[in-house]
Amino acid sequence: MDSNPTAGLKGRALACRRGGRTVFQALDLRATPGDLLVLRGANGAGKSSLLRVLAGLLAPAAGTLDWDGEAIGEDPAAHRARLAFIAHTDALKPTLTLAEHLHFHAALRGASGTNVAAALDAFGLAALADTPARFLSQGQRRRAALARLLAAPAPLWLLDEPTNGLDAPSVDALARAVARHRAAGGVVVAATHLEFAGASARTLTLGAA
Amino acid sequence: MNAALALVVRDLRLALRTPAETLTILAFFVIAATLFAFGIGPEPQALARVATGIVWVVALLACLISLDRLFQSEADDGSLDQLVLAPASLELLVLAKCLAQWLTTALPLIVVSPIVATMLQLPAQGYATLLLTLLLGTPSLSLFGAIGAALSVGARKGGALLALIVLPLYIPVLIFAVAAVEAQIAGLSPRPHLFLLAGFGVFALTITPFAAAAALRQASE
Repeated sequence: MDSNPTAGLKGRALACRRGGRTVFQALDLRATPGDLLVLRGANGAGKSSLLRVLAGLLAPAAGTLDWDGEAIGEDPAAHRARLAFIAHTDALKPTLTLAEHLHFHAALRGASGTNVAAALDAFGLAALADTPARFLSQGQRRRAALARLLAAPAPLWLLDEPTNGLDAPSVDALARAVARHRAAGGVVVAATHLEFAGASARTLTLGAA
Repeated sequence: MNAALALVVRDLRLALRTPAETLTILAFFVIAATLFAFGIGPEPQALARVATGIVWVVALLACLISLDRLFQSEADDGSLDQLVLAPASLELLVLAKCLAQWLTTALPLIVVSPIVATMLQLPAQGYATLLLTLLLGTPSLSLFGAIGAALSVGARKGGALLALIVLPLYIPVLIFAVAAVEAQIAGLSPRPHLFLLAGFGVFALTITPFAAAAALRQASE
C-alpha cells in the first residue's frame, strides 16, 4: 500500500470561502498512510474549515481533494465510511451513558460495537461506562468523544483541537492511540496547539499572513 | 438500516430519560383544549359543533411545539455532524428521527385525544373516525414538520420560522381530517377524506427525506 504513489489523502489548490470571505486559497496538502498532518495557524486561520472540507461537510470553493487517487466527491458515501471526525464539540447527550453513546456511534457507523469496552479502556473511562454524560467533567467529556475513534475504526481521523481540556495522562493516551493508528497505516489530520504527537509529523501552517 | 434503528432506539431512550418533555406537550394539549371549552361556554351543542376542529388544531400546535428541538438539539451539541457523516444515507436517518418524534409525541396525543374529545362533547359516532384521522394524519405532521425543523436549524427565533414554514403545509391535513369526522357524524361516508389524508401522508413520506436531508447538509457546512 505504501508503494502506491497516490495512496492517502491529497488536496491540490484548495480554497474555502465562508460568508463571502476567503478563509484560505491555493492550499496543497498530502498525507500518506501512516502520516500525521498537524494543522497550525492563528485562531480563524481556517483550521476548522479545512477539517470540514476534508470531511466532505463543506465543499471547497476551488481545488481537488483525492483519497487513493480518487476524488472524494465521486463517492461521498465511501468517503464518509472511511473517516472519523472529532469536532470541537463533544456530541454527548446529558442523559445517555458513555457505553450507550459509543454503542450508538458504532451502530451509526455500521460497526459491531465489540470495540466499545476497549475504546473506553484506552481513554481511562472503563469505570465511567455506565455514567450519564451530564455528570462528567470537561476532560472526561473530551475523552468520551475521542473514544469514538476506537469504537468505530476508520482509516482517516480528522481531529479538531482533540486535546482541549485534557490532562497530561489523557494527552498521552491520545498520543498512543494516534501512534497505533499510524502504525496500522491510518492517516491522522489534527488541528492542535500541543505537541502531543512527537516527531515525524508533517506540519501545515495556515494563514501565514 | 441498523443505523436508522439505532437512532430510533437512542431517541426513544432520550425521551424516556426526560419524560418531562413529552408530558409538557400532553399538558399543553389538554390545557389549550380546555381553554377553548371555557371560551366557547358550556353549551353542549356549541361545543359539539367545533369539537373536531379544536382537537385537531390543538394537536397540530402541540406537534409543532415538539418539533422545535428535533434537529436543533442535534446541532447544538455537535451530534448533527456525526449524523451527516454517518455512512448510512441521511435520508433514512431523517425518517428515523421522524418515527421517534411521532412515537414520543403524536402517539401520546392520540391516546389522550378521546378524553379531550369527551370534554368537548364530541358526538359518540365521531370517536372512531377521529382516532383514525389522527393515526393517518399525524405522520404527515411529523414529516412536514421535519422539513421545517431542518430548515430552521441555526436560525435565530427558529421556533417562529418553523411555524411559518410548517403551518401552511398542515392546512390540507387539517381540512381532510376534520371533513372526515364531520362526514361520519352527519351520516355520510368519511372514506374519500380518509383516502386523501392517507395520500397526503404518502406525499409527505416521499418528499421529506430528501428535503430535510438537503437542509441538514446545508446546515452542517
